[in-house]
Amino acid sequence: MTHSVDMKDISMSFGSNLVLRGVNLSVPAGKVTALLGANGAGKSTLIKVLSGLYPEHGGTVFVNGAPALLDSPSAAKKQGLQTVHQRVDEAVVPGLSVAENLLFEKIAEGEKGSSGSLRSLLPKAREIAQSLSLDWTDRFLRKDVYELEIADQQLLTLARAVVDEPSMLILDEPTSALSAAEVDNLMAVIRRLRDQGVGILYVSHRLSEIDALADTVVVLRDGVITGTHEKPFPWAQALTEMLGEDGVTEASSTAEQRGDTEVLQVHGLKLFPRSKPFDLTLRSGEVTGVIGLLGSGKSETAEALFGASKVKSEEMTLKGKLYRPSHPSQAINRGVYLVPEDRAKQSMFQGWSIARSVTLPFLETIRRGLVLDFGKENTVAQEVIDDLGVVAQAPTQPVDSLSGGNQQKVVVGKWLHGSPEVLILDEPFRGVDIGARRTISRKASALAAGGKAVVVFTSEVDELLEVADRVIVLVDGEPRLDTYLSQTSREVIVSTMSEVA
Amino acid sequence: MSTFMDNVNQSLMLKLQDWLVRYGFIAVTILLFTWFILTEETFRQPSTLFSMLKFTSVVAIVGLGVTFTMVVGGLDLSVGSVAGLAVTVSAMMMVIYNLTGVFSGFAVLIAGAVVGLLNAVLIVWMKIPDLLATLGMMFIIMGLKLLPVDGQSVSSRMILRDGTVAPGKFTDGFLQIDRFMVGPVPLPVVIWIVLTFIAWFLLTRTRYGRIMYAVGANPEAAKLSGIRVEWYRASAYVISGVFAAIGGMILSSRIGQGDISAGNSLLLDAVAVALVGTSVLGIGKPNAWGTALGALLIGIVITGLTITGFPYYAQDIAKGVVLVIALTFSFTLSRKKARFVPAT
Repeated sequence: MTHSVDMKDISMSFGSNLVLRGVNLSVPAGKVTALLGANGAGKSTLIKVLSGLYPEHGGTVFVNGAPALLDSPSAAKKQGLQTVHQRVDEAVVPGLSVAENLLFEKIAEGEKGSSGSLRSLLPKAREIAQSLSLDWTDRFLRKDVYELEIADQQLLTLARAVVDEPSMLILDEPTSALSAAEVDNLMAVIRRLRDQGVGILYVSHRLSEIDALADTVVVLRDGVITGTHEKPFPWAQALTEMLGEDGVTEASSTAEQRGDTEVLQVHGLKLFPRSKPFDLTLRSGEVTGVIGLLGSGKSETAEALFGASKVKSEEMTLKGKLYRPSHPSQAINRGVYLVPEDRAKQSMFQGWSIARSVTLPFLETIRRGLVLDFGKENTVAQEVIDDLGVVAQAPTQPVDSLSGGNQQKVVVGKWLHGSPEVLILDEPFRGVDIGARRTISRKASALAAGGKAVVVFTSEVDELLEVADRVIVLVDGEPRLDTYLSQTSREVIVSTMSEVA
Repeated sequence: MSTFMDNVNQSLMLKLQDWLVRYGFIAVTILLFTWFILTEETFRQPSTLFSMLKFTSVVAIVGLGVTFTMVVGGLDLSVGSVAGLAVTVSAMMMVIYNLTGVFSGFAVLIAGAVVGLLNAVLIVWMKIPDLLATLGMMFIIMGLKLLPVDGQSVSSRMILRDGTVAPGKFTDGFLQIDRFMVGPVPLPVVIWIVLTFIAWFLLTRTRYGRIMYAVGANPEAAKLSGIRVEWYRASAYVISGVFAAIGGMILSSRIGQGDISAGNSLLLDAVAVALVGTSVLGIGKPNAWGTALGALLIGIVITGLTITGFPYYAQDIAKGVVLVIALTFSFTLSRKKARFVPAT
């Protein structure tokens, strides 16, 4: 069998941070190879190496057996490696027509015969569309890409990548914004390309799509390939390879808590255009752990409960009263707090001290008349520091100068210091050391024990086992399992997560 | 051994750099001031000093308004035109409609607030980038203010459209805004200091100011902390409009007529002053006293150059040099990352 692209011993590091440590991967022509990996496994770095964005990488990429120098994006394209990036809106040129976008590279290179008017581009554009069996009319080809639906834009970027007759096509999460029917459409095009002999590297978190499409599944974890599987795919095993198996965690270091009082009731929560609405009830006195892969709807759920997104449920009640937050301020007033997923982007203020960061949502409580009471502010901050064991010199120390774990302790401590009824933690252990992780999960359990509702969203099984009393598995925007930890097992959780629709 | 010395040198350099960033600005101000005092006889007279402060106060007050918009991560380019609008509106009220000075003053403040509100609607709710929205607003106002006065400056006893003579004039009270002295200190300087104090108090001591800085530092995190980001951003543009109107009112009182070109040069000066203010004390963030000091420095330089006999166009060169040097402090030398350009 001739391999169209072979990666041998690919490595890449950022400073002292080794992201890829010797990746060996073959993408054969005429096959779909799916790449699976958790956040931070090195997928996007690998893709960037293949797109020529990291010329300083280690190892060699062979194209049809010959070593290829990928030192720039155009070099990668010349070698026949085409990448379709996740963000379509960045890949199309608004203001130009579909046909012009399709042949953009040719126009940019000033190739003879294609630099002319839109009319002169149409025959070539038609030809490309036909080769992919896309029924694009001339009217469609003349449209400004700005007017296209996201699905059509996605197809356009795909078609555009095909113009240069690539030997390998890298697709990075191509379906993340598409509905079910649109996904089917895209799949059909990908299959056609495969049949034309193009090697395809398909990166996605959607196991059902991979199951339907891929010939081979390759698992990447911590910068190395941890598994290669042929059809039929052993999904549970692949997921374990992907998420790791750091031994069975000392789960339930505290005894499992069972909640009794229903605090937050959610009816008819519809996360995605193609997912079914579902109900969710959070009880006080227990930590609810919601697990799911990326794109399963975790953050969407968290933000919906917090009033921070457009995703809305039909009805929510909090402690028996109607709860309809359209802005986080309303959630906070009712005691519903969120520790968001992305600490740097969603929780931190550059250069702000611990004291300032901690009091921001509760400035009313440190107000004396018109002015803020800085003494009281420092006292509050010191309490948070002591309570969570934040390693810091003083409340005036900037949060950005702390370690990741201590930053997260500050963020969590901020909300604990309010009066939470429901505490939502979205990926609270990301970029957090084991000590901070223990502290935070113990605080979550203690808060639940004190009669409050706590819900933790995570994509790591080990984290779930450590923190949760009750377990909900979210797959493609719908809950598939809702039980207590003692009544299930790691295997069941993993296999539910890997359930293929 | 040599590496050891290199290390020592390096840490010394870093210390020097930090010192420069913190105090370099004030040191330059004091040095310049001393130099002018030593070399120029006229600079030594207190009256020169106060007239310099008085002349600086308008730019400083308008710059203070710009500071608020910079705190929330934006910028207001319409301030110069709002000050100009204030001049025309006050003149119209008193000269053409024969209204009282107090009434005219309020009309001017309301006009400033309305323009600020329009800016806020464009930027915050219609999501037009601040530079573009306020630039558009600037042109609209510059043109619009000429409409009721047929493009002419408003002065007492001017002939109106219907052929009659304008009935009113600038009231004595209104003219006193610029001329009144509080002891040896001109009233505009007092207003400048009071407004700076109020702005400083609001921005650093109150819940409102804390939230304003949060909105500027990270709007998304601010929203997730329960802050109605849009309202706070909107408030900054309203404040900016009002401050620009106050500056324009002082200007109007100074000129004593509705000069249609008044305020045109204020925009660049006010923005420059607020930008220079961010580097004072190495704060790297827009702040009230910084803006005041920035205005003071530029005032000293311009007065000094004028007295020394440099031609008028040397002023712009000097302003530009001061601005670039100040920005060097913030961007190049400071190891803290400066952030007063709009967050994307």
